[in-house]
Amino acid sequence: MSEFHIVVCGSIVPDPLQTLEPMQGPTGPALKNEMMLPAVLDPWAGHALFEAAELAKKYAGSKVWLVTLGPKAKLQQVMMNVAQKVPFEVVCVDGPASGFDDSFEVARVLSEAVEGIDGLDKGKLLLFGGWQSASRGSGAVMQMVGERLGVTEQFQGVDKLVVGDDGSLEVLERVEGGAWQASVCEGAPAVFGWATGELPEPPNNPQVGMQNMRLIMPALQQAKPADMGSSSLSFASVELPAQRRETRIVKDASVEDIAREIVEWVQS
Amino acid sequence: MSTILYLAHTEADGTLGRNALEALTAAKALADGMGAELAAGIVGEDVQAAADSVAGCGAKFYGVSGPEFGQSRYASDVNACEALVKACGADVVVAPATARFSRSLPGVAVRVDGRVDTHCSAVSAKDGKPVAERWFYRQRMKGELSRDERPWIVTLSPGCYEQFGESGSAEVESVSAESASRTKVTGIKSPDVDEQTIRPDASMLFVTGAGWTKKQGDGQTHVKQAEGVILDFLTKTKSSLGSSKSLVDISGEGHEVISFLTHLHQVGQTGSTPRHPKGLATCCHGEEPHVVGWRFIKDRRAINTDASCGWAQGKADVLYVGDAFAIMEKVNELLNG
Repeated sequence: MSEFHIVVCGSIVPDPLQTLEPMQGPTGPALKNEMMLPAVLDPWAGHALFEAAELAKKYAGSKVWLVTLGPKAKLQQVMMNVAQKVPFEVVCVDGPASGFDDSFEVARVLSEAVEGIDGLDKGKLLLFGGWQSASRGSGAVMQMVGERLGVTEQFQGVDKLVVGDDGSLEVLERVEGGAWQASVCEGAPAVFGWATGELPEPPNNPQVGMQNMRLIMPALQQAKPADMGSSSLSFASVELPAQRRETRIVKDASVEDIAREIVEWVQS
Repeated sequence: MSTILYLAHTEADGTLGRNALEALTAAKALADGMGAELAAGIVGEDVQAAADSVAGCGAKFYGVSGPEFGQSRYASDVNACEALVKACGADVVVAPATARFSRSLPGVAVRVDGRVDTHCSAVSAKDGKPVAERWFYRQRMKGELSRDERPWIVTLSPGCYEQFGESGSAEVESVSAESASRTKVTGIKSPDVDEQTIRPDASMLFVTGAGWTKKQGDGQTHVKQAEGVILDFLTKTKSSLGSSKSLVDISGEGHEVISFLTHLHQVGQTGSTPRHPKGLATCCHGEEPHVVGWRFIKDRRAINTDASCGWAQGKADVLYVGDAFAIMEKVNELLNG
């Protein structure tokens, strides 16, 4: 029976329902009132975490860690909710969660945090994360974390992972045109950037929440400040798109007239 | 003199894909704008035909080829691309943001101690230096960025440039790379051709919202009827199908769902942001996060029962206020004629 050490990398993002506006901060672009915006666990990181927990449940002896980089105070707020979903241990790094940070530096900080996990067996490592994010959306961090950790079997846009009896990993990755590429990897270690996966968001479980929080609170208190390095990345501008359209509203027209206009437009 | 490396991979048939041809247009313009040398690196089972198809770009060609490089796998792709970047001493790398390169090129950036910016919408020369544009926070804001680290790898989203099309005869310098991997590609899984409803090259995106599965005027839902109307329109127009998140998620809430919709169809905040010339939204009631999926649709129309719908106001070019079932059935009937 396989046993995995699953490390999920994921950060926090502004709640998708919030209106976002860029502004110039002291070190580059930032979001207006960023610290005031309600935050959530990045949706793709959430998928990765739920898939990780499901896998760990199936394979006895497996463990799940969530490695996260973000402002400590915001992480604490988000963890209060996420902790109630599935069992995991957390490794926090106190730093920015901005979409304007250099993905290269973020990957360096995360890989150092993974290297520092006590008891992590890299031979059993499945490195999970989102294949995109709702902040930078680079889809690049997980590959760089994996590369820094020496993991050269990597998959992105993963919707399905099945473990074979021999420990092999059967993977479905999204590719162009609404299709999946199917692959088989001989086994851990490997990197998986998850798309949506196949699992719904688990319901809140207060018992799981209490167990998790016993470890999360000390981890938050011990969170080390992130050294984000000295990237030369600079922004000449960050702007909202100015594209309010003049909407022509067609009402009180017959179904026939509307349909005819649509057909003409479709065929034009 | 700087070197701009255009990096591409062949498709299954040995050609270069649309996104790859678009990226070459950008790479060539960047090289011209910077007064830089243009190099082209191609990865694939056999790269000669692909190189010939774009030989008119005037680049010096490099290739990593062999059966193992015909497969889209991280381990062999990252080795191949690393070898190509090093072979030509690239300062800037311009590549298509295909699934294959999106998986491997960030790893290449680590290998060559460079940097990577992915899913860019433009790359150009300003005052002789390269600058890139990309969207942040799920297409909500656009930034223009630059950096000093080299090599700088930039991947370009599809639909941002014209395709390059000057062919000729290319002399390709063979570059060797390790192909070892613990992963074997076993195939491509996709719906049957008749059931395939995601068509990236379609001229129209047809987006279905949750309204299709809600109770209609008679107090009943008509999901099977909705499926028929939607599929009929897709078949007749060869449009690509998209869906709002709410419609895809309904399955988790125990509601009856449109059977052929999956998360792959989802557009918007947690879905895709496809690029099509036209978009027709039906029964969608989203606000800003929903509109995000439509950022790159040029000509947008919507059918909705609510004239003050947040999605349509200021976002669509035309809003038809009416019953989507009746209108789309009539549209299908007229398309028959």
